[in-house]
Amino acid sequence: MSITLVVPGPLRDLTGGRSAIGLDVDEGTVGDAFAALKRENPALYDRIFTERKELRPHVNVFVGAADIRWSGGLATPLDGAKEVVVLPSVSGG
Amino acid sequence: MPETPSGSGARSGDVVIMVGTMKGAFLFTADASRKRWSMDGPHFPGTEVYALALDQRGPEPRLWAAPTSAFWGATLRRSDDLGATWSDMYQRPVKFPEDSGLSVKRIWQIRPGPPDEQETLWLGVEPSCLFESRDGGDSWTPVDGFMNHEHREFWTPGAGGLCLHTIVPHSEVPDRMLVAFSTGGVYKTSDGGVSWAPSNTGVRAEFLPDKHPEYGQCVHKVVSHPDRPDRLFLQNHWGLYRTDDWGESWQDIANGVPSDFGFGMAMHPRDPDTVYIVPLESDEFRCVPEAKLRVYRTRDAGASWEPLTRGLPQEGAYETVLRDALDTDSADPAGVYFGTRSGRVYASADDGDSWSLVHEGLPPVVCVKAAVIA
Repeated sequence: MSITLVVPGPLRDLTGGRSAIGLDVDEGTVGDAFAALKRENPALYDRIFTERKELRPHVNVFVGAADIRWSGGLATPLDGAKEVVVLPSVSGG
Repeated sequence: MPETPSGSGARSGDVVIMVGTMKGAFLFTADASRKRWSMDGPHFPGTEVYALALDQRGPEPRLWAAPTSAFWGATLRRSDDLGATWSDMYQRPVKFPEDSGLSVKRIWQIRPGPPDEQETLWLGVEPSCLFESRDGGDSWTPVDGFMNHEHREFWTPGAGGLCLHTIVPHSEVPDRMLVAFSTGGVYKTSDGGVSWAPSNTGVRAEFLPDKHPEYGQCVHKVVSHPDRPDRLFLQNHWGLYRTDDWGESWQDIANGVPSDFGFGMAMHPRDPDTVYIVPLESDEFRCVPEAKLRVYRTRDAGASWEPLTRGLPQEGAYETVLRDALDTDSADPAGVYFGTRSGRVYASADDGDSWSLVHEGLPPVVCVKAAVIA
């Protein structure tokens, strides 16, 4: 299957300016989608995940409207969703 | 939106103050008189810039910066035109191996290598580790002997994080290097980084039941002069020290300072006996004593310290100067510079005898580096 990863503005230097990129995903979880991202665009993956393969603390990932922190994290099934959205969280001061 | 910076524009003989803040980096440039400063920035707006360095070993000055985004992590950027343009964020990644269990939170120090090793640079990162590049900064690897040190599990973070903030290569013996981090203290190698031993004899750990452990001290900064590499000065979390035997033992030199607590420490460019500090009150308050902004200078290797106050506010100044926010340039007389958490940058063009305000209103200053453009 193919899904669309929506990329926030500060990371678009890593996508040639595109706001979204397509990913071929063999299986059906958010983790699978990011594994595909790591293969296809490791520099972008590195901005979203740490070397420990943990989602950076102030980065949110949504499948549809659901924040994956509350729906199983990287094990969240894509369940037919076409779009995964990466957004910076609300923080700072 | 902030203005788009166009670069320092500095020419040979000009002086540049590189200022890292919690929300970007700024470059201040003046001619050799160091009287009028022009500002360029913010570079990397919205990011913390704890480390900046100007590498002048090559034919052109090369500016390095380590902006850390709260969202997207730490990056290392390079400019070959003094900030007019910067390398992309995906170049020169600084990463731990995935099987290390570590991840780079912040880059605290950028240290160009010796003059005769132009391709060598080092980084100090959080969590405490030393990274090395042997190809001019294009690729980086953690120093194995440090990354896998048997003490690592016992090192604990201070308020600023478990940060390796000081890198002091020995200027005469290539395989020797000393680093400092909070907390852990001073460690040194004599075999090119293969092995590292703590070197804290005489340095207090006031916050531990055992005040003199082998390691675990909260060292805030160490400086040395290349003409006298076995002598080093140390600003501790409570304590001012000097060693004359490359860290084998440290002697208390807090003679006549209002507090032996502080963060920043800077070496005079020519006189190995002259060092600058900014004492801070207590452990919790961490502002300058008596609300007087005073830089202290020793000219006799710590036997005595004198306050430098001319041009600095002497009442109502609740200021804090952090560990990398105090530096000197190489001019004669020396320029001395510091930045405060309140966003002020001060400069002296006469060895510290008098001071003037370069700029106020910046975000909190965490890094100040100064250089004369070759």
